[in-house]
Amino acid sequence: MSASSSASTGNGIARFILYTLLALFCVYYLLPLYVMVVNSLKPLSEITSGGMMSLPETLTFAPWQSAWSQAQVGVEATGLRPYFINSIQMVVPAVALSTLLGALNGYVLTKWPFRGSTILFGLLLFGCFIPFQIVLIPMARMLGLMGLAGSVPGLIFVHLVYGIGFSTLYFRNYYAAFPTELVRAAQIDGAGFFTIFWRILLPSSGPIAVVCIIWQFTNIWNDFLFGASFSDFDSQPMTVALNNLVQSSTGVKEYNVHFAGAIMAALPTLLVYIVAGRYFVRGLMAGSVKG
Amino acid sequence: MSHAATENRPALLDRLREALPKIVLSPTVAIVAIFVYGFIAFTVYLSFTNSRILPTFDLVGWKNYENLFKIRAWDIAVSNLLVFGILYIVICCALGLLLAILLDQRIRAEGFIRTIYLYPMALSFIVTGIAWKWFLDPGIGLEAVVQGWGFENFKFGWIKDRDMAIYTIVIAAVWQTSGFVMAMFLAGLRGIDSEMMKAAQIDGASTFALYRRIVIPQLRPAFMSAFVVLAHMAIKSYDLVIALTGGGPGTATEVPATFMYSYTFTRNQMGIGAASAVIMLMTIAAIIVPYLWSELREKKQ
Repeated sequence: MSASSSASTGNGIARFILYTLLALFCVYYLLPLYVMVVNSLKPLSEITSGGMMSLPETLTFAPWQSAWSQAQVGVEATGLRPYFINSIQMVVPAVALSTLLGALNGYVLTKWPFRGSTILFGLLLFGCFIPFQIVLIPMARMLGLMGLAGSVPGLIFVHLVYGIGFSTLYFRNYYAAFPTELVRAAQIDGAGFFTIFWRILLPSSGPIAVVCIIWQFTNIWNDFLFGASFSDFDSQPMTVALNNLVQSSTGVKEYNVHFAGAIMAALPTLLVYIVAGRYFVRGLMAGSVKG
Repeated sequence: MSHAATENRPALLDRLREALPKIVLSPTVAIVAIFVYGFIAFTVYLSFTNSRILPTFDLVGWKNYENLFKIRAWDIAVSNLLVFGILYIVICCALGLLLAILLDQRIRAEGFIRTIYLYPMALSFIVTGIAWKWFLDPGIGLEAVVQGWGFENFKFGWIKDRDMAIYTIVIAAVWQTSGFVMAMFLAGLRGIDSEMMKAAQIDGASTFALYRRIVIPQLRPAFMSAFVVLAHMAIKSYDLVIALTGGGPGTATEVPATFMYSYTFTRNQMGIGAASAVIMLMTIAAIIVPYLWSELREKKQ
């Protein structure tokens, strides 16, 4: 009796320590987000006087307004709005095209395999992991030759090219588990290549399509290297413009505006994560621990 | 004549139908052949030429590679990558494992806590870099705040300190990815045979021994994946360094990725830049290729 009660109090203490630790780590992960949010809502003087960790004394939305439509980004005082729009114009077609191609590729590689298709897939997969520095120089030349240098369509093209690998990976692994007998049966019934894809595989591809779209969206939205290398002043994506805003050495450093801008850049992917986090995690895991 | 034509047409159609899967795959094959492998070959070639502001095709042998290793900035970049990479991988794995084990104790609200630990992965490295840049800034961030609380002697100026700045990159990078490593280990833990654990518990093994002897050895595949993912992220890190320190103070936090960019596009030493990119690729290939090889072979069996 006494032994069991002492065991349960010991357990209680262990539990208390466990939850305290977990809570402390929550604080650790949330701290930078807290810093960004509270400081985007206060006047600059409250930050520079050592109040970065305190809640705003005077609540103001001026930094948000400034970051969105007034702040000096590069040469012009346009705020981040035009660059946010650039990012959206870049992300939507790039995600749609790379997902569609990935689905078709995955379908071919699993249901219509041919000699060498595994090696081909391996070569495709390696392309996902190369450091993109190795393609920057020829890509800059190629975009110039194609007349896409410094434009949003150019960025769409680059993201499509280097996004195919991952989307193919997702769909291939997903379709590998799809019963091939169903495909063969449909073939015997006279269904063609595209009919089978359209009528049989695609309707059951919902979950993996969501995983793929979220992965591509997050990656392309968050990309900085391609944006910095291949865009002009008027085609810069959000990440590049945000970095320019923060690193610009002229004038007073408006930390509150920087934080507001950073939240704006983070918001789309953060919202996707909150709404569909399960799929985001699945994508992450499939990208690392394949299968 | 007409007989032959009617017989030919279905044959042609059949052949087309047979080739259709390959036709569908061909744009991707072309894209990968040109934009991955063709471009790699082009950059490798450039690394043996004396290209400066624009690509040229005059071969100069290994000169760029010889010069590269004489440049002090490259030396700094490589040793920074070593320091950063090792600390980043070790701390992420340790923290990830700890969090996974803590979360595996039948925690209430586990899903909610997991969401909080993992959300930094959804952010851009630029956003992470900016948040930590100002938080670690001695003038307004942590140092100023703690001094304001009355600890006047508190100092934390790593980000402005040539010798310590590289560690601020470790701090920010660990914050961003440790939750992801946690998720990988947690998935590994969930895959462990619970019968074996129960048997060990009945045998009176302590929790600590249970983890050390039974659980952690079984997490080897998860460790492998985490290592590969983290190592390749470390070698590629560019955005975070640009946003957090810009490679500074001076060249104190230069890494191979920032070196390649500045030598190629701002210093007009394209040959050297290409050589540095080739070395980055080789390093990643040495890690990724064996991993992909074993994964794909396992699949086949």
